[in-house]
Amino acid sequence: MTAQDFRIATGGRIDRDQRLRFTFNGKPYTGYAGDSLASALLANGVMMVGRGFKYHRPRGIFSAGAEEPNALIQLAGGAYSEPNLRATQIELYDGLEAASVNCWPSLEFDISSVNNLISRILPSGFYYKTFMWPARLWMTYEHVIRHAAGLGRAPKRPDPDRYDHRHIHCDVLIAGGGPAGLAAALVAGRAGARVILADEQSEMGGALLGDSVDDKINGKPVIEWVEAARAELAGFEEVRLLPRATVFGYYDHNHLGIAERVADHLGPAASAAVPRQRLWKVRASQVVLATGAHERPLVFADNDRPGVMLASAARTYVNRYAVMPGKRAVIVTNNDSAYAVAIDLADVGVAVAAVVDLRLSPTGPLVERIREMGIELLTGWAVVDTHGGHRVEAVDVGQLDDVGQAIVGDVRRIDCDLVCVSGGWSPAVHLMSQSRGSVRFDDERACIVPDKSFQEERSAGACNGAFGLAECLAQGFKAGVEAAKRAGFAKAKAPKLPSVSQTKNTPIRALWRIPGVGAKARADKHFVDLQNDVTAADLALAMREGYHSVEHAKRYTTTGMGTDQGKTSNVNALAIIAEITGVEPNAVGVTTFRPPYTPVGYGTLAGRNVGALFDPVRMTAMHQLHKQAGAVFEDVGQWKRPYYYPQAGESMADAVNRECLAVRTSLGIMDASTLGKIDIQGPDACEFLNRVYTNAWDKLAVGRCRYGLMLGDDGMVFDDGVTSHMGDNHYLMTTTTGGAAGVMAWLEEWSQTEWPKLRVYFTSVTTHWAVAAIQGPRARELLSELCHDIALERDDFPFMSWREGTVAGIPARVFRVSFSGELAYEINVAASYGAALWQALMTSGAKYDITPYGTEALHVLRAEKGFIVVGHDTDGTVTPLDLGMDWIVSKKKIDFLGKRALSRPDTMRSDRKQLVGLLTVDPLEVLPEGAQIVSEVRPEPPMPMIGHVCSSYWSATLERSIAMALLVGGHGRLGETVTISLDGKTVNATVTKPVFYDEEGEKIRG
Amino acid sequence: MLLLNCPWCGPRDETEFSCRGEAHIDRPASPAGLSDDQWADYLFMRSNPKGRHLERWLHSQGCRRWFNVERHTMSHHITAVYEMGKKPPKASKKSKAGK
Repeated sequence: MTAQDFRIATGGRIDRDQRLRFTFNGKPYTGYAGDSLASALLANGVMMVGRGFKYHRPRGIFSAGAEEPNALIQLAGGAYSEPNLRATQIELYDGLEAASVNCWPSLEFDISSVNNLISRILPSGFYYKTFMWPARLWMTYEHVIRHAAGLGRAPKRPDPDRYDHRHIHCDVLIAGGGPAGLAAALVAGRAGARVILADEQSEMGGALLGDSVDDKINGKPVIEWVEAARAELAGFEEVRLLPRATVFGYYDHNHLGIAERVADHLGPAASAAVPRQRLWKVRASQVVLATGAHERPLVFADNDRPGVMLASAARTYVNRYAVMPGKRAVIVTNNDSAYAVAIDLADVGVAVAAVVDLRLSPTGPLVERIREMGIELLTGWAVVDTHGGHRVEAVDVGQLDDVGQAIVGDVRRIDCDLVCVSGGWSPAVHLMSQSRGSVRFDDERACIVPDKSFQEERSAGACNGAFGLAECLAQGFKAGVEAAKRAGFAKAKAPKLPSVSQTKNTPIRALWRIPGVGAKARADKHFVDLQNDVTAADLALAMREGYHSVEHAKRYTTTGMGTDQGKTSNVNALAIIAEITGVEPNAVGVTTFRPPYTPVGYGTLAGRNVGALFDPVRMTAMHQLHKQAGAVFEDVGQWKRPYYYPQAGESMADAVNRECLAVRTSLGIMDASTLGKIDIQGPDACEFLNRVYTNAWDKLAVGRCRYGLMLGDDGMVFDDGVTSHMGDNHYLMTTTTGGAAGVMAWLEEWSQTEWPKLRVYFTSVTTHWAVAAIQGPRARELLSELCHDIALERDDFPFMSWREGTVAGIPARVFRVSFSGELAYEINVAASYGAALWQALMTSGAKYDITPYGTEALHVLRAEKGFIVVGHDTDGTVTPLDLGMDWIVSKKKIDFLGKRALSRPDTMRSDRKQLVGLLTVDPLEVLPEGAQIVSEVRPEPPMPMIGHVCSSYWSATLERSIAMALLVGGHGRLGETVTISLDGKTVNATVTKPVFYDEEGEKIRG
Repeated sequence: MLLLNCPWCGPRDETEFSCRGEAHIDRPASPAGLSDDQWADYLFMRSNPKGRHLERWLHSQGCRRWFNVERHTMSHHITAVYEMGKKPPKASKKSKAGK
């Protein structure tokens, strides 16, 4: 265990009484509560934490926040493991285990760093150039590339953590809890608005948390203002403070997503009672964006060495975490903000070797202070190169010419282990842009700023280009008042502005590429995008090759891609593109900002919608009995239906054959509860049925049932089922199991939109009724034992009719309908009686060997009879005429849905695919469903295809295979032999009518 | 995610609704009297405007009522919600501009 050699003895927002142990790449370290993983590593002198994506050059901690491009971490192990987290945002907990991503076999010795030596074969677009030939090896190349370039590893086991979703409304949502966000929340909260203030850090305060005690509001340290604001906000009932919560997405109609890390900072020790993360889906009346700004690096040679760090990050490590990021620093800047960094570093004992300012004559109190402190100030100079291996050891500095295009005179070497860079600030306009607001490039401030709002939002503070504290507070108050007022809180008003120690700025000197000296002038080690290893030379190459559009340049060079989405690189890249192509940066534009702002885990997005809760599961009233009987279940829509009931030692085929034979020879029973049932009532119910079904309903007497086919207005079959006449103005429609919801919606649509004058009402009663279907020659015998109040003889209770009575003492509706072709009764009872009915039928049916059968046997039985299954034998392109079901299409009715379409030229073609039966020449050959029928056999595909097999089974009853097919001109091909092409062989079959059993229907009517 | 103002239930999230395409395409009273082209026009042809669009929505996870919506296809601004059978609002400058 190493000592925290880089820890400053006092200060910082850490708890020195809580010492925490952690490991990084297997080595043990310690830190304190309040540390980030990055600050704890720096406290232990660990600067190098990863390797570059392409060249595998050593990379160090670069920032202190969400913009981190380098310090990507694989956190924890096993199922808890999470890839690609930013060390700068991971809060330290005791026992934390972290590892670098993208280095193999180890961080210190990485085999792929040889790529650095062959970097000339990895220019922009190397994916598209280097690995193109031969094409068949691409899969091999890709595997190698993925292994070499991949970032973290996804855990292999299911995520053991719990995630929550919450939906919430508010008057004002404020994204960002820095000075502007706090100010906005204060005025909106005081006005009584429902406010949500979300901030990604562990505590509110934003950049002020990294300021020093010298920064004052109203004469007191800024942190006191922050603490007072937090206390006041906590006292408002209508204000919800969400720390550790990133507003990651801004969607239509002011809908925003927030990912809250509820327990991440506690690690595996977190209570199981709290979710690990929570996704907030917010509908906000008004939004204030106070998301701050990211500091930019400067683009100079070898600017990627560990130890090169954003200047503001160095200041945050000193002031917030009490960590010295180095012992001897050089500051390189083009603006004022880095001066405070130099002062703070010097104050805690870091030797500041030099402040290198690109500007010729910066002025102001901070500049004076630097001079007073005796720190060397080089103005009009720049860093032109760096030296070192796993950490920077020295920099070369040189004097710029007047235009900043070249170095004049000799370069000077300065030893250092820390280079603090500031290339200016980039407002975090991500959410503003996601909301479809427009942004523009501001030449004076050299950054992208919000332009026009599109939704009910406004930006305040640094994300709006206001980089001074006084301006941030003023904009925050103003935005809070405006948002509260627009949300209906008229009395909102801004307080008197606090006094802030202000310094007058010397304007930024935007110098997008700092000249290199000698070989470094090629700019092929001037890194623009650290995460994707894109250099200024890569951008220049992309421009030479014509990828001028910023969107093209992004995809070709990969700049701005990856997990950081170019937070530190986008502005530099677009400005360099502008420079190379000779246009204004505003003309280049920016690539589209898309959610999420920072990566959001799948677990958070999924919430509780995983495992058994992913989709509702519907079970019938008899489900437990099926389970006890050993049923294997099949998913039909959301329903669990028995597929078959295997007995000991039986294969699926054995079970299905046994079940089918039982129905044909004695008695089978099946659970038909899942069929859709729609109760239709009203004086115009019959007229309505006439319009939605192809056949006529006027003459159907009460007590009778009729099969109906439903078409879309395009003439294609869309559902089928039996509808029964229950009483005056009262029908019960059944639908397919999977089509129930769709049919209900279809009926409601026509009733509400086209035929509102028809008095007819629909109620879904699918789950009100449990249905046991008894099928087979002994069905009547069984029913007669249990039912004494219905006359069951053939003439009293004929096929396609229904009766009301009691079965096994249970009030029941009995329908004499059959999908098997046998004598059958479908007994409907209230769902709560379902299990009792099933048990009674099983008990009394034992003497007939009553056999429960599942959906597979059902399919075989119906196919033997040639009954279609919609969605199995039809696919949305099949008309009733194609099915040979002209008999059910009324010629007399003037109109019904789909009628006109049946006389379109296309639906009347004689060479449409039509439903036929197929009997294979070899009766033992069972065709696979989906197999293609070909008109000509060739040695290999393609062969001309004239149809396909839609249903195919082994028929135990017929002791041979049967199939149904959709065949071009099939109705005219009866008796012909066709050829089906299978993998490696062809099979011949005879075309028949699609009915194989009891064509006359004597059994069904028996 | 859009916020739709159901005429019966008030403002609800888009996930409760389903969009059912262009509104005010009446089913012809006598389909048999139409030419194939006229029938195909009713059946298949829909406008695809950049701008104001009148469309039908169903509150499928709520009251299950159908209603009409005037929406700008670029901005998603919803400028009117009205019941089935009602006439659409006149196209205003506002609804055309989508603001």
